[in-house]
Amino acid sequence: MLSLIAKRLGIGLITVLAVSIIIFLGTKILPGDAAELRLGQSASAENLAVLRERLGLDKPYWQQYLSWLVNFVQGDMGNSLSGDTPISGLIADRYQNTLIVSGLTALIGVPISVALGVMAAMFPGSTYDRVLTFTSVTLVAAPEFFTATLLVLFFVLFLGMGSTIVSGSTDGMGLFELIQHFALPITTLCFVIASQLIRMSRAAVLNVMASPYIEMAILKGIPRRRIILRHALLNAIGPIVNVIALNLAYLITGVIVVEIYFSYQGLATLIVQGVQTRDFVLVQSLGMIFCATYVVIMLIADIAAILANPRQRHPK
Amino acid sequence: MTRPSFATLVGMIITSLFILAAIFANVLAPYGLAEIVGDAWEPSSSEFLLGTDSIGRDLLSRMIYGGRTTILVAAAATAVSFLTGSILGFTAAVVGGWFDQILSRFVDLVMSIPPLILALVILSVMPTTIVVLIVVMGLLDSTRVFRLSRAVAVDITVMDYVEAARLRGEGTVWIVFREILPNALSLLIAELGLRFIFAVLFISTLSFLGLGVQPPAADWGGIVKENKDGLVYGISAALMPTIAIAVLAISVNLVADWALNRTSSLKGGRGA
Repeated sequence: MLSLIAKRLGIGLITVLAVSIIIFLGTKILPGDAAELRLGQSASAENLAVLRERLGLDKPYWQQYLSWLVNFVQGDMGNSLSGDTPISGLIADRYQNTLIVSGLTALIGVPISVALGVMAAMFPGSTYDRVLTFTSVTLVAAPEFFTATLLVLFFVLFLGMGSTIVSGSTDGMGLFELIQHFALPITTLCFVIASQLIRMSRAAVLNVMASPYIEMAILKGIPRRRIILRHALLNAIGPIVNVIALNLAYLITGVIVVEIYFSYQGLATLIVQGVQTRDFVLVQSLGMIFCATYVVIMLIADIAAILANPRQRHPK
Repeated sequence: MTRPSFATLVGMIITSLFILAAIFANVLAPYGLAEIVGDAWEPSSSEFLLGTDSIGRDLLSRMIYGGRTTILVAAAATAVSFLTGSILGFTAAVVGGWFDQILSRFVDLVMSIPPLILALVILSVMPTTIVVLIVVMGLLDSTRVFRLSRAVAVDITVMDYVEAARLRGEGTVWIVFREILPNALSLLIAELGLRFIFAVLFISTLSFLGLGVQPPAADWGGIVKENKDGLVYGISAALMPTIAIAVLAISVNLVADWALNRTSSLKGGRGA
């Protein structure tokens, strides 16, 4: 088993490296170079040369890539082009904001969605199951800002709580104020991950329900609830863990839209600002952080699936 | 052939309505795209059916023109993605060897990056014009089409008639277009609907972030962005485009489901 996990870790590392090459080359696809893009058509040759030298654009691509990667790993991401401030400083302020929102979403959204999905699998074809399936299909088709808009209308206008702008510090807030502060972005994100999660965990349990040992248990006369909880759920854990990780990875995209929607000061608002101001150095670093997180979550899913499945735990 | 169900019919009718509205936008829209005709956020009236937007433009007109942009951009991106994805996927399956290996590994790699992040990185150095958006979205999405068409084509290349064509001495191009394509077409068409929905959501998200279609041109994502501040005052202008996106996505989905069921029943799989 250990060798299997070590192999996955190795693959993960190679993936991160290869992804970093793509992210790096992504900003090199223009025929001109970034210095021209920033200074505009009318820039003088000396100015261009100075900026090129400062950004290291006069060196060959592989040298630029290597120095970028080495500095990135050491936590030095260079200075942002627009404000000329160190990027690591900009990120440090906002990293925990994003982490709080996505962490809370995972903590609240995942257990509820999985429970709802398993319950739907307990009573397939019932009204509850149908309503849930219909709702989740609708939500999959709708963009994040559809859910956000509906929630704003509902929370802010009908209940009079929550706010369409979630910014400012949370210092000195009581529990109720904190809930009000984070209610909307977190509920939106929960809906975003819930639709997939409910459907997939339902499907995972139903899939196991079709196997012979479950039929045996039914024939023995074991109550349905007990069959699901003791026999089916344990065997469905592998696929469910996988789906959870996939959806947490999807959260990375969802969080971008939601942060912008509620003007929340996190990493996502930073990367969008970076794109708007054409600050590709900033976008590169942030993109790399998002991608590395994505790959790591996928890796955890793989390893969890190995650990959850006895057949993979003891390979022949 | 099975008769389309009620849900499929509803999906087809709504989808065609959206397409017709996009084609005849000039005729249908009561006012111009960027024409300021009233005060900001006027409620709906006989003059402005859906009210006005954040700077006093007729919301209905903007929705109709916005639908045209959204559907056009999404359709073009889907076309780019299918052209590149399917041709490369079929070729990879037919040619095999290192060509297949390199392409497949590269696609695996691109797919391990969230498409939105990669799009942001590329758009940070590219000008945000409609053409750039279409090409970037199309190429990013073509990785998914590549996977599907390669998987389908791998099954087809082992068929006797492909073998016969090879023995006749036909070239790769002939095999791809005359043997593989007709046999894979029905599955690809079912996938087409799903990719189109994805493209609609993608361009709407980009425009909502302010990185897609640039004002004064409108698309649904952009209209949400322009009007979302009105929500606090109880103005639901931002809700209209999101509903339009969701309704379009669901109705295209219904049609795609039907197409998928038809093709799989043809192959003796799960029938409808």
